[in-house]
Amino acid sequence: MATFTLNINGQKQEVDVDPSTPILWVLRDNLKLVGTKYGCGIAQCGACTIHVDGTATRSCVLPVSSIGDKKITTIEGLSENGDHPVQKAWLEVDVPQCGYCQAGQIMTASALLEQNPNPTDEEIETAMNGNICRCGTYLRIRKAVKTASQS
Amino acid sequence: MTLIKTKIGRRAFIRNTGLAGGGLVLGFNWLASCKMTPEQVNSMPKEWFELNGFLKIGDNGMVTIMSPNPEIGQNVKTAMPMIVAEELDVAWKDVIVEQAPLNTDIFTRQLAGGSQSIRQGWEGLRMAGATARQMLKEAAAKAWEVPVGEITTSEGVLTHEASGKSAGYGEIASAAAGIEVPEEVELKEQKDFKIIGTDRLNVDGPKIVTGKPLYGLDVQRDGMLIAMIVHPPAFGMKLKDMDAESVKSMPGIRDVFAIEPYPEDLEKQWSDGGAIQELAVVVGNSTWECMQAKKALKVQWEENSKLESSAYHDEALAELLNTAPKEAARKDGDVDAAFKKAAKIVESTYTAPFLAHNTMEPMNFFADVTADKAELLGPIQTPEFLEITLASRLGLPKEKIDIMMTRMGGGFGRRLYGTFGVEAAVISQKVGAPIKLVYTREDDMTQGTYRPSYKVKYKAGLDENGNLIAWHVRGAGTNDDLIFENRFPAGAVDNYLAEKHSLQTNVTTGAWRAPRSNFIAGAEQAFMDEVAEAAGKDPIEFRLELFDRAISNPVGDPKNNDYDPERYAGVLKLVKEKSNWTDGSSGKSRGVSAYYCHNSYVAQVLDLTMNGDTPNVDKVWCAVDCGIVINPLSAKNQIEGGIVDGIGHATFSAMTFKDGKPEQSNFDRYRLIRNIEAPKEIETFFVDNGIDPTGLGEPSLPPIVGALANAMYKATGRRHYNQPLISDKPPLVG
Repeated sequence: MATFTLNINGQKQEVDVDPSTPILWVLRDNLKLVGTKYGCGIAQCGACTIHVDGTATRSCVLPVSSIGDKKITTIEGLSENGDHPVQKAWLEVDVPQCGYCQAGQIMTASALLEQNPNPTDEEIETAMNGNICRCGTYLRIRKAVKTASQS
Repeated sequence: MTLIKTKIGRRAFIRNTGLAGGGLVLGFNWLASCKMTPEQVNSMPKEWFELNGFLKIGDNGMVTIMSPNPEIGQNVKTAMPMIVAEELDVAWKDVIVEQAPLNTDIFTRQLAGGSQSIRQGWEGLRMAGATARQMLKEAAAKAWEVPVGEITTSEGVLTHEASGKSAGYGEIASAAAGIEVPEEVELKEQKDFKIIGTDRLNVDGPKIVTGKPLYGLDVQRDGMLIAMIVHPPAFGMKLKDMDAESVKSMPGIRDVFAIEPYPEDLEKQWSDGGAIQELAVVVGNSTWECMQAKKALKVQWEENSKLESSAYHDEALAELLNTAPKEAARKDGDVDAAFKKAAKIVESTYTAPFLAHNTMEPMNFFADVTADKAELLGPIQTPEFLEITLASRLGLPKEKIDIMMTRMGGGFGRRLYGTFGVEAAVISQKVGAPIKLVYTREDDMTQGTYRPSYKVKYKAGLDENGNLIAWHVRGAGTNDDLIFENRFPAGAVDNYLAEKHSLQTNVTTGAWRAPRSNFIAGAEQAFMDEVAEAAGKDPIEFRLELFDRAISNPVGDPKNNDYDPERYAGVLKLVKEKSNWTDGSSGKSRGVSAYYCHNSYVAQVLDLTMNGDTPNVDKVWCAVDCGIVINPLSAKNQIEGGIVDGIGHATFSAMTFKDGKPEQSNFDRYRLIRNIEAPKEIETFFVDNGIDPTGLGEPSLPPIVGALANAMYKATGRRHYNQPLISDKPPLVG
């Protein structure tokens, strides 16, 4: 066990965990931030996507010991009132079915738009290709990203 | 005017909690059961009045509607309350939706399966809303001393025009709670609907996009421990021994032991499909610590039955296809004689592998079991059945078992089989603490209740004019006999023979979105295309001729046929019109398909271009007859999802076995469709016929596989017979 001071959603958080623990489980089990989802544990599905210094990152394979003072943003910290343009677009387009993968989708989409505010359809598909949606809401995901990019 | 009775015999479907005294209070205290913000608390009515099991009306006019059925992403949590709100005649903005707990006293069929929630809930939900509205009207009539027939309602307001009196529902609610439940209530006409048939956003949307706890895996309780299981590595093996001591001292580990969730003498139900008799269990403080201990735990397994490989399943199914069963499932005319005189015969065999459900949220359940009660909370499609098994397994009366349903991160049939709930309860009982059982993705994928693997052989005979005169289908599946003998084209062909076999296997199988239909529709519709081509006819015209036959001169008693040929033909004609159907001349490769299942009719046209072996679907046109559509916005989402799901699994996915061991255990080797591979566009058209609603969550999936295969043929000149279509080889190579 070791103590880590993390910068999560703009707040300093101290945790005492095994250094190998992926940040996903620190968020979910230690900090009770359960918006970041467990899907596969091997960085294949994207359900656990967070931002590390603004870059979309799979939290399920990222050991807490590797974070240092990098800024972590989770779905809970994406906006104060749930009104990030991507979140608003997701609601407007009524994207979710079961909804489980959508936090990861939104984190990937918001990182994309941060880097590329006006992506082409192809760029959207490519950026979103790492996030599996088992319900098959891919068409609405694309539409919501497009909507957010135009807002 | 539609009148509906609130009682049949002595059984009342609607009961007034006020009159029934303490006995019928919902086992659910709305205000105490969820954490709310101060703003939400301030906006709450001072007092809530329970009118019936489905809804409560507050003194400020806010209406809480309980959504009775489990939510797996099919959006019933929005749609079911919409139906109640419609008949209650309240503004949708004044409605708060809550998930009801399992309560078999009040609700009927709290189950998510078979696309039946709306169809079977339709009448009861309407009745609940209409009854409440009638009681409000009667209470207002009494208070104002006017005839009840002169009172009208609109968006939560009662009005008596002649006297100019008017009151919100909230003002009358307490008086209405004292009104006797009417024996008969009036339902609205479809033309008067204000909520049903309009686009309404998912009620859980704001929570989903902000990451609020909603799912079973998100459950947190004080003192809660995490539990994980180690299950046999292969079907046909069982636990022999384990070295628990060596991992007990690992960090954060509280206990390691074996459990027997399903002792041999326990009476199992269908919902216990896939039950494992004995498991190794690790209990600890955190998920990661449990995962480490689980990996380190040494467990010995032994064979207790045959270890089957996919090659064995493939051979055994093939053998069954060469064997006539003792009895036909359905026989009209004489196929043998018809084949003898046929001008042309077409014969093909189609196959498909096992599939895992792969809900994005792996199996999990929270349980807190003490000596005299059990509390369970988690993702389950069949809570009623879980309760029965738990009562038997824990030796507790059903009243002492509380089951609450969380929103589910996908279902697709997997959570019909609630063995994980039983496992969670047994673990909690053993450790004497509240626990959350969590499956890893690997646990989830390698201990499934898989979609069976299937093989089907078709043979069709045409006369010299290209008329279909004989149809023979023989199908076989693992633990499943595949064939719906009374579905199309039964009733449309003079000489018809349907035969079916089931191969008993150790690999556990179960319902997977649109069971059996998910394969047989694609095979049948692909074969239909081959037959139409052999007949020299347009594939839509060929099908329409058959429907005409079933309408005008059905073979056998039309009551035996599962489908209505007019509605079937209706969706096909609609999709033909909307897609500007011309076969092969659109510049894209086109396929068509139509299927009936879950009481609904779907026809699709699909355009694609091939990129090597991979189909790129440019567009899908989809015509649907599912009766009245409650919420078109989310109904279209279901249709789109079914289409993507169907294309994805048919093109890419397979679960194979080697000596009983699943060869895919995570998404690195089990391929699911991804964003780039989904169709570029899907357009959905609903038939507006005023018929009571039918299934919607499943029916768009089965036919799309046929449309895809038929379009791939147009593009490549080669028929694809074996799923996954991308390899088009019998995938059963384990």
